[in-house]
Amino acid sequence: MTQNPYLWLVPLLPLAGAAINGFIGRGLSKKTISAIALVFCGAAFGMALAVAAGFSSASSPYYCDLARWIRSGSFQVDFSFYVDQLSLVMLLVVTGVGFLIHVYSVGYMWDDDGYYRFMSYLNLFMFFMLTLVLAKNYLVMFIGWEGVGLASYLLIGFWFTKDSAAAAGKKAFIVNRIGDFGFLIALFLMIKHFGSLDFTHVFGAVQPLPQETAGAGLLTAIGLLLMVGAAGKSAQVPLYVWLPDAMEGPTPVSALIHAATMVTAGVYMVARSSAIFDRAPMAMMVVAIIGTVTALFAATIGIAQTDIKKVLAYSTVSQLGYMFMACGVGAFSAGIFHLMTHAFFKGLLFLAAGSVIHGIGGEQDMRRMGGLRLYMPWTFLTMTVATFTIAGFPPFAAYFSKDEILWKAYSSPNGSWVYWLVGVITAFLTSFYMFRLWFLTFFGDYRGGPAAHDAKHDPADAHAMHDKHTHEGHDHGTPHESPWVMLGPLVVLAILSFAGGWIGIGGRFEHFLAPVFQSGLTSELAHQPSGEAAGKGMELLLMLISVAAAVLGFVLAWALYFRRPQLPARIAESLGGLYRTVANKYYIDELYAALFVKPLIDGSTTILWHGVDQGIIDAAVNDSATAARIISDDARHMQSGNLRSYAGWVAAGGAVVIAYMVWMGVTH
Amino acid sequence: MFHLILFLFFGAICVAGAVNLLVQSHPINSALSLIVVMGALAGEYLLLGAEFVAAVQVIVYAGAIMVLFLITIMLLNAGKEERSKGSRVAILLGVPGVVIGGALIGWTILERPNPGAVTIGALKGDPAVIARLLFHDFLLPFEVTSVLILIAIMGAVVLASRPEAVARGARKDG
Amino acid sequence: MVPLSCYLVLSGILFVCGVLGFLIKRNIITIFMSIELMLNGVNLSFVAFAAQWHSLSGQVFVFFVMVVAAAEAAVGLAIIIAVYRTRETLNVDQVNLLKL
Repeated sequence: MTQNPYLWLVPLLPLAGAAINGFIGRGLSKKTISAIALVFCGAAFGMALAVAAGFSSASSPYYCDLARWIRSGSFQVDFSFYVDQLSLVMLLVVTGVGFLIHVYSVGYMWDDDGYYRFMSYLNLFMFFMLTLVLAKNYLVMFIGWEGVGLASYLLIGFWFTKDSAAAAGKKAFIVNRIGDFGFLIALFLMIKHFGSLDFTHVFGAVQPLPQETAGAGLLTAIGLLLMVGAAGKSAQVPLYVWLPDAMEGPTPVSALIHAATMVTAGVYMVARSSAIFDRAPMAMMVVAIIGTVTALFAATIGIAQTDIKKVLAYSTVSQLGYMFMACGVGAFSAGIFHLMTHAFFKGLLFLAAGSVIHGIGGEQDMRRMGGLRLYMPWTFLTMTVATFTIAGFPPFAAYFSKDEILWKAYSSPNGSWVYWLVGVITAFLTSFYMFRLWFLTFFGDYRGGPAAHDAKHDPADAHAMHDKHTHEGHDHGTPHESPWVMLGPLVVLAILSFAGGWIGIGGRFEHFLAPVFQSGLTSELAHQPSGEAAGKGMELLLMLISVAAAVLGFVLAWALYFRRPQLPARIAESLGGLYRTVANKYYIDELYAALFVKPLIDGSTTILWHGVDQGIIDAAVNDSATAARIISDDARHMQSGNLRSYAGWVAAGGAVVIAYMVWMGVTH
Repeated sequence: MFHLILFLFFGAICVAGAVNLLVQSHPINSALSLIVVMGALAGEYLLLGAEFVAAVQVIVYAGAIMVLFLITIMLLNAGKEERSKGSRVAILLGVPGVVIGGALIGWTILERPNPGAVTIGALKGDPAVIARLLFHDFLLPFEVTSVLILIAIMGAVVLASRPEAVARGARKDG
Repeated sequence: MVPLSCYLVLSGILFVCGVLGFLIKRNIITIFMSIELMLNGVNLSFVAFAAQWHSLSGQVFVFFVMVVAAAEAAVGLAIIIAVYRTRETLNVDQVNLLKL
């Protein structure tokens, strides 16, 4: 381990930007605010590049001890940062994509009143995310973990005057907390059994332990609890419900937090804890099952959504499921690879969607879009690249990462053909709903316009209003292209979405990350079946099948949404109840509300509020005041001003004293 | 024997006078009863061999203080007591209290093994000895009481004088 | 030969009568006289003990008590006169401005 004394600057530079903008941003001009935010974020990106340039696998990992923190007996935790290959990948993704989104936000949020707040919160988020990624121990990671939850809450509820936005922010934070509880218990278990939270200590203590038989043991418990935390943060079943609601926030927020970086924190954490998971096959299986189920589940919901951002939100949940599936079968580097490409294309998708929304004056319902490729050529071009990527067409980036995951799901010792099959079906569905989105938005006739803007809003897109905040000054009449400050990041991300996967050709990416996952018992399978001819043939066959699934999705979407646009409505009607269930997200939110939320609120109102707070605590205070008043009311009569009564009291008191003295005298 | 009879005689007069003070409604009657009590007490003191104290009792207490009381009563033209709403506490709490206290004290006194008896003539209340005690051992208290009397005189003069007389006096000095 | 306790009992009786007078009577001057009665009772007990312990200090004490009683009577009666001037009454129940 070598020391890198400047590593602490990477997280703290954005913090400085957040502090400046947060405290004095109200009085600064928008140009200054933008400059501050971009400079500090850019500086973090620059430092990340410098770290990358100076990185060599021989001297990795690098560490940087910033300050002492906890010293309690033999337990100690410090503010320390750490860079190894895994952190480096995450670092570059976070700072790079983050910087691009900062640039984009300058254009998107320019007209908003709370502009300085937004840029401050974005920088704050960068600080926490970088703390999470660069942490050298679980506790500093937890600081970042909680902090990104906080930043997410602040940014989702950015337009806090809207009830739905404030409620969405609360929901995100609370559901995250449920996951964090699991994470905390896992940390406590680690402290108890390993005596430390530092990565090197914990993984060193775990090394000599054998693989646990299914269902037993400490490492399974830790792994499952960590997975609870990851499920909360990365929106997996059953804690995914906050992510679709989080679309209440501005689109750059959705791009940064809920696509590229924050939701990937769970995947990063699971990958980082690979040593623990490798020795707990039961936990790994749970991870894989959760990932697979989530991927399919979210994809089915996505095909019935009408709001462009909701489709992308469910798509995010589904793709995260892919990443967890990869980790669950032991292919950690494949999961991280997909994380990286996902950051590129999902970030691009959200930013382009934001550009579309911006260009048509705040409308988010796809049924009111159409034919926009003529009005917004650059947005159309970049979004096309992203759509082909996510569908998994070669040679785009996600083809390589998704294919890697599917192959590993099939061939790894922990994998099975079930995972693979579900993965292929999900890939088909992904391709279908993404091309559905593509056709609905950019092809056909433009179904929007001033007539459709005002008047009634369907309940489904009542939240289309909020993005209109930033677009008051625009002409609502014709759709228009976005300014170059927004298009620039789109182009960069499009290039990355196209070419970003080539880094994984020939297993180079896997090889790069191998030292991180070396402590696993199920060692990286990169060097394993590639030699076998049968394995190679199987791999080719599976690859062809997944490409075929992608093409099939494209064809179906083309048929339904381009050739015969009336058909989908008729199909939906004929499916009736089934369609409505899927479109209403399987009524999961309503189920949670009835099962958990309502009993809690009722219980709190009856027991805690009326019973304890009003009945016991308030009553204690009020009653003690009443008692004091009653007592003093009675005692008041002693001060009557009447001389004789005073004398009477004195005589009575004197009698008492005399009696006492006599009694003392008699008994001694 | 003789001593006991005399003691009982004077004691009976004391108690009768005290009870009469309680019973009478006109303050003049109460004052005269008190003078009777003081006279009887002077007799008791003589039985105890305290001649000087007995003399002082008659001269100062009965002769000066009680005269002062009588003058005040007559000056203020105090009449019979009229009934007024008193204090219930005084009657309900105070009287039983004092009776119980007194009973306890009495019980304590009588319960002790006999501490001794007093005989006539056993103690000489020699004025010379008293004077020595007064001006020698108790000189400081003696001087302090003289100051006390002085203050009392000044206070009484100020308190009892007419308001404009005080103001005139103050204006004359100031 | 009179036992000491007789004198003490007599002194106690006088004292109790004084307190009872304080509690029962309504005229301020009568109340004052009850106080003098109490003091007399105490004087008797002082002299009795002086006789028993053959120490004349008890009698000197009585002397001082009388002096103080005289001073107190003078001042107290002056106060009563002053109160009578403003209140026109000698009824102690009507001098009750000391209440809260």
